[in-house]
Formats: sequence, structure tokens, C-alpha cells
Amino acid sequence: MSSDVRFTDFKSDKQPTWCPGCGDFGTMNGMMKALANTGNDPDNTFVVAGIGCSGKIGTYMHSYALHGVHGRALPVGIGVKAANPDLEVMVAGGDGDGYSIGAGHFIHAVRRNMDMTYVVMDNRIYGLTKGQFSPTSREDFETSTSPEGTKQSPVNPLALALAAGGTFIAQSFSSDSQRHAEIVQEAIEHDGFGFVNVYSPCVTFNDVDTYDYFRDSLVDVQEEEGYDPDDFDEAKDAILDAETEHQGVIYQDEDSVPYNERIGLTEDMSDIPEGAPEDGMDLVREFY
Amino acid sequence: MPEDLNWAIGGEAGDGINSTGKIFAQALSRAGRHVFTSKDFASRIRGGYTAYKIRTAVDPVESVVDRLDVLIALTQRTVDENLDELHEGSVIIYDGERTTMQDLEIPEGMIGLDVPLKSLAEDAGGAIMRNIVALGAACEAANFPIENLDEALEKNFGDKGESIVENNKKAARLGQEYVEENFDQDFDYDLETTDSDYVLLNGDEAIGMGALAAGCRFYSGYPITPATNVMEYLTGRIEHYGGAVIQAEDELSAINMALGAARAGARAMTATSGPGIDLMAETFGLIATTETPLVIADVMRSGPSTGMPTKQEQGDLDMVLYGGHGEIPRFVLAPTTVSECFHKTIEAFNYAEKYQTPVYLVSDLSLAVTEQTFPPEEFDMDGVEIERGKVIDAGAVDGWQNDQGQFQPHLPTDDGISPRTFPGTSGGAHMTTGLEHDELGRRTEDTEVRTDQVDKRNRKVETAKREEEWDYREFGDPDADTLVLSWGSNEGAMREAMEFLEEDGVSVRFLSVPYIFPRPDLSEAVETAEEVIVVECNATGQFADVVEHDTLTRVERVNKYNGVRFKADELAEEIKQSLAEGTEVTA
Repeated sequence: MSSDVRFTDFKSDKQPTWCPGCGDFGTMNGMMKALANTGNDPDNTFVVAGIGCSGKIGTYMHSYALHGVHGRALPVGIGVKAANPDLEVMVAGGDGDGYSIGAGHFIHAVRRNMDMTYVVMDNRIYGLTKGQFSPTSREDFETSTSPEGTKQSPVNPLALALAAGGTFIAQSFSSDSQRHAEIVQEAIEHDGFGFVNVYSPCVTFNDVDTYDYFRDSLVDVQEEEGYDPDDFDEAKDAILDAETEHQGVIYQDEDSVPYNERIGLTEDMSDIPEGAPEDGMDLVREFY
Repeated sequence: MPEDLNWAIGGEAGDGINSTGKIFAQALSRAGRHVFTSKDFASRIRGGYTAYKIRTAVDPVESVVDRLDVLIALTQRTVDENLDELHEGSVIIYDGERTTMQDLEIPEGMIGLDVPLKSLAEDAGGAIMRNIVALGAACEAANFPIENLDEALEKNFGDKGESIVENNKKAARLGQEYVEENFDQDFDYDLETTDSDYVLLNGDEAIGMGALAAGCRFYSGYPITPATNVMEYLTGRIEHYGGAVIQAEDELSAINMALGAARAGARAMTATSGPGIDLMAETFGLIATTETPLVIADVMRSGPSTGMPTKQEQGDLDMVLYGGHGEIPRFVLAPTTVSECFHKTIEAFNYAEKYQTPVYLVSDLSLAVTEQTFPPEEFDMDGVEIERGKVIDAGAVDGWQNDQGQFQPHLPTDDGISPRTFPGTSGGAHMTTGLEHDELGRRTEDTEVRTDQVDKRNRKVETAKREEEWDYREFGDPDADTLVLSWGSNEGAMREAMEFLEEDGVSVRFLSVPYIFPRPDLSEAVETAEEVIVVECNATGQFADVVEHDTLTRVERVNKYNGVRFKADELAEEIKQSLAEGTEVTA
């Protein structure tokens, strides 16, 4: 890792095809800043992305990266980190990728607590398929596939993470760029699974969960007097608060020990001998 | 007297049938006898009927037969289930003091040995040892010196303490002595011992051991019969080499974790059975199109759907050959014996890395649950060569960068293979994607680039067809009029079947095919034979279809795969060209 890395080193020469004004621009910039601020460089960073507008991020960033199938980005990231714990693993997804088709993996990645970062660009809509409701859409949200509202409760991703044993649960807003970068940086620095739900408004298909809405409604836990992210009950209250949505590091278990450490992973698994292990015949003799 | 003995212990699941059977198999193996085991079992934890069967001889045994000579029956149902295999002179050992066994009727001509298994076990120190008493009784019935059990008992109970081992040895002897003193029959069998040293293992264990020999460092999987044993074998062993097993939340996750580990440079694998292959099919295409080396073992069982989870079938051939949307280059290897499970696993890792392609390693339930003896040299660790293919370090990346200094992971080459860099390699950073991509790994829909990338991926397979040996295993009379072909685990049964056929004057040439794709050219063998028979454990003859396909009349092919539909005028032109040239045409 070099200390003179700038965040633009994480930028590729490919121009994003996101709609002008898309929240994903701010989300990605914050991720790049956080990676640079934590001393990472493109050669030791692995970005995994799923499918959807968010999934395009691997193309616009410069690093080792895999753009996989819909909803399965987290398992890929877990495999990368297991095989080489020296790598900085950053997984990106959207609310569809992470909380709908990938919801099963999300819960298990949270409880597995691998030392990696998961950034979800939550715009409460399916953008790339042109405007269907998502798992985080409001119950009365009208779309092409929910003309009279979704008639289902939206997923509360932070509550899911807390219930699954999350050790770092945060929320940010793509347009509050400095705070967003700080929060992602804390997620990277966390010893364990750093989860950040980022409100990244869709300016084309969502006229409810807009920049103005988030700007007016989000309350930063940092500004609440005496808020202690290490206090589970306080975090639970903030996450289940029906009146107010919060940003900031809402919960962090200071005693978290990541899974890769718990199972003793330290080695770069790419390094193997040119033949069978020297004690290979011992494996055979076990079967006597 | 036949040269082989067919022995079994049967009862309900939960009766310790497997562990008891395995102790006897180990005792036979340690006494220098060959062993080939099979299991009757159901997908339940307790109850039902389950049996562990052993065929043993001084010469190698590679299949099962429909004959049972000595049976330890813990339940009436065990006798009923095996009536077809029992014969005149068969010995049935049972405990007539057990209330459910009091009315057991020994079929005419068979020898019933009513041994108070439970009472004798209590005399030795505990009723739990009743199966060991039965083993002692079986030793007497088969004229197998009781001392041969001792080493196996030490191996299995050693960690429970010396007194437990001694109690078990005593239990075995009480069973043996009881038969010796209370029955005066002459038993037909005489289990000769030899000085040979054999190891005893099953196909799943052989796959696991092959993976470790090949440098596999990452395994992720989801438990499923009959593949779970691969994961259980690696757990606790792979860590010794700096690797890890992760039990995933489902097969979708398992294959994606393995994909991630492989992208990071680890030799990675997963193993599952048919239902898991269905789920993994989603990611299979991603692995191939991103040119990621990965080994996926399919230990087949009866399908479709949940099918018969504990029964044999070779029904997944079409799935592994053709499964997945789009056209996916792949290799398909199918070991034909338990020891070949070891060797083919090593080959699978080498092909995966050399050609940066997913490899299906197709085994089946029969191989997975069969414990078979081999001389340890069969698993020659010194002979293992690890071929990682084109991997470059920071010093070599500039030769593969474009003029903007960007590394090109998918740059088309003559052999289709481009060098890869492991993450962490300076100057080698790159992305890749399941979208069609250019040489940089970035999305494209450019018709020419698309065509180039499809050709590049397919060219790897052509290179492999040319560079590697895709042999069959040949047995029998090479000049016979009758050709028998099979794949997978049928090899052992077919080889022994040839001995029976020979006795009836039927001579055959038998080719056992371990490479399904790429595969050996069978056309000459098929065309020169008068009769061709394809043997496989499925209803429709999936491998037979492949053989027929390979020997069909060749057709001209007009193909287009750049993402644009055929246009009428273009198509007319292509067909004219095809007729004129009589060769393969690509739009």
C-alpha cells in the first residue's frame, strides 16, 4: 500500500452511463475517497458488484473487480477475502440486488462477519428495468408493477442487519458527500463486516424518495447528544424509529472479531507448491 | 467354494450399521484382503432399513454381485430385504433373545446362528457393543482369525481409552467363542490373509485427497447427499495447508464464494449433487465467460427433483454437458473408479487453470459410498504435477497492457488463453464481468468484439483438444465384434461382467470413457464394430446420444453469434457459400 494514493487513482477512464444527477455518482466518489484515505490502492483492492445500475460501478472504478450475477456479489467478496486477507474487499449493490434477490446472502454475510465492506445504493426503485418497485419501496408507492401501491411492507435493511448479528451498521446519503465518505471509511476500518446503506436517489423513476426528501428528513446520530453506537438498545431504537430516519454509524460492536481471523486465515492462498504436499503420503496412510 | 465372500450387516438407521461394517472392512483390508463395499440406505436419521455390504477376496474386487453369504441381521426386515441374495448355505447371525427377532424363521437350507448378542455384550462391559459381538461371531462363521479385528477396533475406539478398546476386543471374542462352542456346522468360507498393505477409502474421500494433492486451498459447499463427504474430508485437513472450508448458506453462495477465491488466485472447488448443480447453473456461465478456473464436482444421485437421494443414477450428463443459458465452454471429466476420483480431481485442477475454464468433475453415488482397497502406491503423491498455466507477476504485466497501460485480461491470443494476474499484482488491476466484454473486461455489444471473444473462449477448448490426451480405458478383446462403451462408475461391474460373458463364449471390446468433454474420438471403434452397446445408469441413454451424435453424418454449419439476427439476403449468401465450399461457415 502506498501513502500517496489519490482518490482519482480509483477512477477508470470509462464515463458512467448513469442518468445525470443519479445518486450513484456521489456514492461512488465517497467510496473512492474512503479507499484512498484508508491507504489502499487499486492493486490491493477488489471490488465486487451485482446487477442493476449499482452493478456498473466496477466499470467506472479502477481496481481488481468482478461484476457478477444478480444478487450474489457478497459470496464472491467472501471468497476473495478468504483467499487473500491482505486484499481490501469492497462489495457494492443496490436495494434489489442486496435486499431482494440477494437477501439470503445479505443476512448470512452479516452474521459471518468477514472483514470487508458492503455499500448498498438504495434508491427504493428498480431503475435499470425502468421503474418497478423495489423491496425498500414504500407501501403506497405507485409504479408500473404497483399501480395502486406495493401493498407490502418495505424491508428495513438496518433492522435485518441488526437482527442477523451485524457488527457495523451505518447509513449515509450520497449527496452529503463528506459525511458519506467518512462513514464508508469507518466501515472499511471496522474489524468485520462494515455495512453502509446509502440513500442514492433515482432522479428518473422515483419522485418520492428525492434529494429534498432525504435532505429534509435524515437526522445524523452523531448530532444526537450522547449517542453511543456501541449501545445495542440505542441502535435498535434508532433503527426501528418509525418517525425519523437516521444517518451515521448507528451500531458498531467494538469487540468484533472478523470471521477470517476466527478461522485463522492469514495466508495468500494463491501461493502453492509445484507438486503435492511434502507430507502427502501421510494423507494416504490415514486410510490404512 | 467361491473366491469371494459377500458379507453384510443390516438393521435400522441409528443401529451403528455403517461404523460396524467399516470396522470389518478395515479388518479385512489390514489382513491383506481386497474389499469393495456398498450401502443400502435411506434418507433418514433413525429407523427404516440400512445395510453395509462387503465383498472381499484376495484378488482385487471392483463390483458387487447378487449373492450374500454371511448376514448379520439386527432386524427381521434385514432378512426380508435380502432374500433374493441369500442362498443355500448362507449364514444368518441374529439375536434370538431380542423380542422382535424371536419369531425369525431361517429360510430352508440356510444356517441360522442365534447368538445372544446383547447379553454377551453386557458380559463384556455394555450392551452398546452388541454389533462387535456379532462381528466376532461373523469371524468364526467365515473362518477369519479374530485377531484381525483388533487393529480396526484400536483405530476406531482408541480415542475413547484403553479400557473401551479392551472391552470391544473381549466382546468380539465372546461372539466368536459362542459360535465355536454352540454350533458344530462346517462353514464354507475360509478368509485367507496376506502380507499386502492396503488403504481403504471411498470416492468422495478420493476427490478430497486429490484436491489437497492438487493444491486446492478453498472449498465452499452446502451439505447434500452423496457429496457431503468431500466437504467433511477437507474440513480439518485443508487448514493444515493454509486453506479453508466454508459451509455456505446455499449452493448459489457456495459457487460464488469459490468463484471469488479463484479470482483471488486460490485453487478452489465446490462439490454438490444434481439439485445443487441446478442452482449453480446460474453462476456457471459467469465462471466461463470471466475465464475463471474452477472445479465443480457433481456427485450424482437419482433425479429429477429430489428424486431418490440415496440411490444411484447417472442422470446429469446432459446437464453438465449442455446446462446453462447461452453457449458455455467447459470441460467434463468423469472418473470411472474410486482411485480415478483422486487422479481425475488433480487433472481437473490443472485443466481449469491451464485453460481458465470451469471443469465439471462428475462422480456418482456408487463411487461416493463405495469403500475400496488399493495399494497405497495407487495414490502416488510424487507423481503429482501442478500446472498453473499462464500466470504473470508484476515484472511481466507491461507485455500485456494496452498503450494506456491498462492490463488486458481477455486479450485474444492464438491459443485463446490470455495471461492472468492475481489481485495484489502491481499493474495488473482489471475488471471482468458476466456481460460480454472487450479485452479489458469491460462491457461491450460491438459485434466484432463479441465474435472475437466467443471465438477466443472456444479456441481454448480447441487448444485443449489438440494439446491434451483424451484417452479411453480399454479392456477385453480389441478385435471383438461387440463393442461395449460406458462412462463413470460402471467400469468395475462391466469388467467382471466380461468374465461371465467369456464363460458363455461372448467376447467383447470394452471402452470405459472418463473424458466426456473433450472426449476421445470413438467413431472408428464404433464403425468397425458389428454391435455397439452403451451401458449407463439412466433411462434415456444420455451417453449413447453422445456416441450417436459423434458418429452421425457430418452436416454443414451456418452460425451467427454476434448478437444480430439472420438477415434474409445474408442468409441466402451464406448458404450458397456453404454449398460451394462444403466447409464450415461462420457469419
